[in-house]
Amino acid sequence: MQSVWTLLSWGSEGWLDDIAYGAFVTVSLALATLPLGLLIGFLIALAKQSSERSLRLAGDIYTTIFRGLPELLTLFLVFFGAQIGIQQAVRLFNPEATVEVNSFISGMIALGVVFSSYASEVFLSAFRAIPHGQYEGGFAVGLSKAQTMRLVVLPQLIRIALPGLANLWLILLKDTSLVSAIGLTDILRQAGVAARVTKHAFLFFGVAALIYLALAIVSSVGISAIERWVGKQEAHR
Amino acid sequence: MSASMQASDIVERPPPPAHGWSRQRILGYGLVALWAVMGIGLVAYLVSAWNSELFQKYAPGYISGVGITLSLVGISIVVGAILSVPIAYGRMSRNPIIAGLAYAYVYFFRGTPLLAQAFLVYYGFGSFRPELDAIGLWWFFREAFNCAVFAFALNTAAYQAEILRGAIESVPRGQWEGAASLGLHKMQTLRKIILPQALIVALRPYGNEVILMIKGSAIVAIITVYDLMGITRLTYSRTFDFQSYLWAAIIYLLIVETLRHAVDWIERRITRHLKR
Repeated sequence: MQSVWTLLSWGSEGWLDDIAYGAFVTVSLALATLPLGLLIGFLIALAKQSSERSLRLAGDIYTTIFRGLPELLTLFLVFFGAQIGIQQAVRLFNPEATVEVNSFISGMIALGVVFSSYASEVFLSAFRAIPHGQYEGGFAVGLSKAQTMRLVVLPQLIRIALPGLANLWLILLKDTSLVSAIGLTDILRQAGVAARVTKHAFLFFGVAALIYLALAIVSSVGISAIERWVGKQEAHR
Repeated sequence: MSASMQASDIVERPPPPAHGWSRQRILGYGLVALWAVMGIGLVAYLVSAWNSELFQKYAPGYISGVGITLSLVGISIVVGAILSVPIAYGRMSRNPIIAGLAYAYVYFFRGTPLLAQAFLVYYGFGSFRPELDAIGLWWFFREAFNCAVFAFALNTAAYQAEILRGAIESVPRGQWEGAASLGLHKMQTLRKIILPQALIVALRPYGNEVILMIKGSAIVAIITVYDLMGITRLTYSRTFDFQSYLWAAIIYLLIVETLRHAVDWIERRITRHLKR
């Protein structure tokens, strides 16, 4: 029976290095997903606040679908769906080829799509909080539509949307644990391997949970720093 | 600036409202058409891939899977609601120890993934088998379903406690004071004055929590519970037929949309007296 500290040490005896690698994968997946989700979410929100009915309908369909599906199912749909789709496309040219879809990319797409459908709602309510006079003011000083968006609306939008987006980031960080189901070596998968090998399941899953907790705490500190900074920007004007 | 000054004798009018085929309209119709094509493609695929033998073999599994998903969520939500009352009380307590403990509980369960909590219970409690055997609880934690209910109930209790606390705190203080001046004691005030107002505020978050639980319950498939997602994975691993996932997606969407509309309907019903 090894002691707990040997099990949690760095190196070939312990598992800390493996779990640290898992934490690295988790964080990089979340960081890679964030810009993708923010971009798609912003575009969907633009569509949903447009005066054109068909655009609103298209945006609403998107959110209804991806907010209604379980994240795990979305992940499997992307992972296996992309595998089958690409396989069939490649088979047209090369019947022998087999395709292995990257689970990191699949996770990024699936989580990004889920994140964006929630983010679009956050952006949408932020859009609604910006008075119409801001657009009219932008027009009155001769800014083009794109300039009004970039210089007038966006800085206010970010400030209003920040708390909602911070919440979504914390959810995203937790949702990354699902990719362990499609074989990505994140925190939870590494902890699972360690638990199977050493039979100390409670210890390793407990450590995994604590690492997620630590990531959440670090994120909260970072978020409040960003909020302070953004608040200061506002005060200076 | 000077250029615009010179041009100022020409009155600049706001752009006319869009009519006909603006760029936005073309994009919007294109995207809606894309969704329509994907919907028709999905239906066409499911019709063309229809296999009544397969359907007869696996459809009962899907129905029992839906039953397990719903009962798992139902039990967890009810147990979580009961547990959430003392936690919400603790969060609002003035005693720093009680408040700190309740805060730590809520922070842990909201800060870690549900999947990690389920693993911690299902695999982790197995490490304590002798101890659990000794106190006669091993039969409970041997079943994956029970472990899932245990983890889910603790998890949703944390979220529901926050919903309850937020709702109670959303009722203005004057309501408490008014009730006190009428001679109602604390419990009466809570039951007759505060909760009826708080629950209107809490309805939508509660509805969202149920929906989140239904979506979150899909992860129990990973700890070998055959809920809707578990049945789907089993079917896929036996048939390698992608429609098994598509059917699951349709069923989940139906459940979630039904619930969402039910919450909307209830909210309209119970806020009738607030509409003018």
